[in-house]
Amino acid sequence: MERLSFDLACPGAPAPRAPPVVVGVVASGNLEVLVEPGAAPGTCRVEVATSARGFREIWSAVLDDFAGRHALSGLAVSVNDAGATPAVVSLRLDQAVEEYLGGAR
Amino acid sequence: MSDRGIRARHSYREATARRRLAGLLDEGSFRELLGPEHRVTSPHLAALDLPAAFDDGVVVGAGLLLGEPVLAASQEGSFMGGGVGEVHGAKLVGLLERAARERPRGVLLLLDTGGVRLQEANAGLVAVSEVMRAVLAARAARVPVVALVGGGFGCFGGMGIAARLCDAVAMSEEGRLGITGPDVLETTKGVEELDASDRALVWRTYGGKHRYLLGEADRLLEDDLEAFRTAAAELLRVSARPLDLEELEREHRQLGRRLAEFGGAADASEVWRAAGVERPEALPLLEAPEFLRAVAGARRGGR
Repeated sequence: MERLSFDLACPGAPAPRAPPVVVGVVASGNLEVLVEPGAAPGTCRVEVATSARGFREIWSAVLDDFAGRHALSGLAVSVNDAGATPAVVSLRLDQAVEEYLGGAR
Repeated sequence: MSDRGIRARHSYREATARRRLAGLLDEGSFRELLGPEHRVTSPHLAALDLPAAFDDGVVVGAGLLLGEPVLAASQEGSFMGGGVGEVHGAKLVGLLERAARERPRGVLLLLDTGGVRLQEANAGLVAVSEVMRAVLAARAARVPVVALVGGGFGCFGGMGIAARLCDAVAMSEEGRLGITGPDVLETTKGVEELDASDRALVWRTYGGKHRYLLGEADRLLEDDLEAFRTAAAELLRVSARPLDLEELEREHRQLGRRLAEFGGAADASEVWRAAGVERPEALPLLEAPEFLRAVAGARRGGR
């Protein structure tokens, strides 16, 4: 297990507040993503617990891309990962934010 | 394409624990208790440096089923095989105790589990025994408890016992119910006893159809969320199974008869033949409605 945390710089208006959302399951090659309001405006805090050690740089790249796709200011994202590939991680992150923002409407 | 009209079918087996609850209960009615944002996770998995799940693999809460208030729990089989750890078990127990206190219309247990989570050893064993006691306590408070078994991980170990402590069990053919699962059986008793890689044999032995025919499952359903929803509502309306000595003795007599009748059978298909099913070899291939017609006169017990 490795625990990683990232503070993504997220310019722009804060994301709307909505009930927390969890998507995915902690199963082999999969992960769960919890999105909730939390971080200070202008940032998005991401906490990752992963069973695969030594992938900080890849997580960082995937999360930077993620921050480029969505307005995440003020959100907190928590991940429990059981060895998902970067593509799966990206899809789950997108799914989680879309469901969270859907709940804000 | 059939000419009977097309209805969207949503697989119960393929759905996640959360999706199953959403499909089973009235739309938008589910309110989770101790949701993932509370992060009530397993201390044992953390000590073993294993990944946790924010809900410890079980979703519990309250909702409506056809407008009536129910409490419901749904196990996520793909997280650690649905294994019951200390926190997971405590969530189930807490829900059942709440039911005994608040007296909703019923409790639905969506079970998808290999039994005790081995990583949590004794804490998991204690948790499962507490679940059993809590099921009986809810029933003693006259709150019906219905188990639904249709996930990919079946319902095994102590949770197999817990399922049969409920007022009723609904299963799909894909669901499996037992105590000792196929792999454990093969490991301990040898491949001559049961070849766990023989999927047809495993489903004949543990699958919903066999359990229905023996009267251990009260409904045999298609792998369809809507079918589970309808059956759950119906089973809550059926009068609860009595919880007294008389009922226990009746069940024991029935088990005695089963042993006398089928004790010599080496395979489930022999049981089906002895029970009076005309073409037992065809049963595994039948869709649920045809299957129900084929075994109508052969079924032992159940409701």
